[in-house]
Amino acid sequence: MDIEHLAKLSRLKLTDAEKEKFSNQMGTIIEYIEKLSELDTENVEPTANLLGLSNVFREDVATKPLTNQAPINDSPAHSKGHYEVPKII
Amino acid sequence: MHRTTITQARELLHSKKLSSVQLTEAVFARIDAVEDKVKAYAHLMREKALEQAKDADAKIAKGEELPLLGVPIALKDLICTQGSRTTCASKILDQFVAPYNAMVVNQLNAAGAVIVGKTNMDEFAMGSSNENSSQHPTMNPWALDRVPGGSSGGSAAAVAAHECIAALGSDTGGSIRQPAAFCGVTGLKPTYGRVSRFGLVAFASSLDQIGPITKSVADAATLLNVIGGKDIQDSTSANVPLPDFTQALNQDVKGMKLGIPKEYFTGGMQPEVEKAVQEGIRTLESLGMQTVEVSLPHLDYAVAAYYIIACAEASTNLSRYDGVKYGYRSSKSDNLVNMYENTREEGFGEEVKRRIILGTFVLSSGYYDAYYLKGQQVRTLIKQDFENALEKCDVIAAPVTPYPAFKIGEKMDDPLQMYLADIYTISANLAGIPAMSIPCGFVGGENLPVGLQLMGKHFDEASLIAVGHKFQQATHFHTQQAPV
Repeated sequence: MDIEHLAKLSRLKLTDAEKEKFSNQMGTIIEYIEKLSELDTENVEPTANLLGLSNVFREDVATKPLTNQAPINDSPAHSKGHYEVPKII
Repeated sequence: MHRTTITQARELLHSKKLSSVQLTEAVFARIDAVEDKVKAYAHLMREKALEQAKDADAKIAKGEELPLLGVPIALKDLICTQGSRTTCASKILDQFVAPYNAMVVNQLNAAGAVIVGKTNMDEFAMGSSNENSSQHPTMNPWALDRVPGGSSGGSAAAVAAHECIAALGSDTGGSIRQPAAFCGVTGLKPTYGRVSRFGLVAFASSLDQIGPITKSVADAATLLNVIGGKDIQDSTSANVPLPDFTQALNQDVKGMKLGIPKEYFTGGMQPEVEKAVQEGIRTLESLGMQTVEVSLPHLDYAVAAYYIIACAEASTNLSRYDGVKYGYRSSKSDNLVNMYENTREEGFGEEVKRRIILGTFVLSSGYYDAYYLKGQQVRTLIKQDFENALEKCDVIAAPVTPYPAFKIGEKMDDPLQMYLADIYTISANLAGIPAMSIPCGFVGGENLPVGLQLMGKHFDEASLIAVGHKFQQATHFHTQQAPV
């Protein structure tokens, strides 16, 4: 398991100490979850939703939504109703 | 006064022997007296609670009757409350104030409840001990050097220490039932889809469910009546009839079949815990229930399947915490990607990072079929096990935990051992069935509580309530008081 690659995919800047600790612990955990390979699941359907729901429809009734500003107020940096982020390019 | 149940409080309030303001002040006086020792709360909502109590008294004076009118209730701090913080016990949401209420909060408000505050928890509900809170651990009111369980440990401890009359928690792999067992209170995880998850901060969306933590099964029935039901804001909430669960309190259990799953009794429990659970089963037999042996053959695979599915969903759900939309942003960043990485590294605690990494691994290219798909297939097998077992019986009886509350710090260095502590509770989440923990005994020199687990068919919480209530009428474990 490539902990650096996983940290990058997860957008986590792990410290060297964390990388070492997590690598060891992850090894033990993955060894444990490998036990699922003992089971033959060739013809078993996977379960994602327990109630077998697929599309759920409702009447299209107009309601009063949140204002745009309400969620933006929780942002650590915002101005004029927009999120502010560090420079991208 | 603070020691009352919902049922008792309602009687006192409606007969005007007590006002909601008096009851709410008594609860806050109790919090002031014991909270230094227990640390059950993340933060309190004192002023607002007293306003709600005054409103409730005005309504009572007008003769209004609502199921929770004037009753002080606590909420796990991952249930969104408009205008008050919802932190998930995480630094990354430390200052987050939701712009709307969770559906259950609107339901509690409509039922007249007084919201006391938000209870401590394992960060993002990831943990079995409350030690993963970014604020402070919570102590078990029965033994202050022991954990209250988790992740709804704050709610369970608050109920056990009478720092509220009842509480809501959430249960993804046992997070209501395990702390209820460790703290000697009643905890009910409803069927997946019974209670709206709108405004519940998501950990693993296919497993999460909100439920009551209370001083009695009767109280759990009252609370479930309030929070259950279809909600168009949560498309996974089920469009099924919502019965009056308090009717189940009058139901006889004579002749009902109690399934005993043999795989749960193969020596994995501490002998004293097993003895208490077996005695609980004998009590149910003495009430006229008929025991039958049932089999849940894939029990041994539940923890592995659970950690694959739960971590995969968590890694996806927690990708929204990016330093842009919510509270915390690292100050150390010079570009966008750097900002994401530093914010998440500084904002998340160790267990959350471990699960994000594990979830990312099982979903990553080349491993998806071997882990995530396999986990979902094993989930199907576990669900089928329960369907088969519940054809032979009405309710399944089992342990909740292999041992009573452990010492603070005891399992923190070994995540796999911590995960295995959830072995008896996880299957009910994978299968989506309702499950409840009720106190069934005390063990050891420290008199630590033990829980008995009852599991039932999808949407048949009523049978669990009927059996649990009859058990509590015949026993006194649930009325024992924690020494704090």
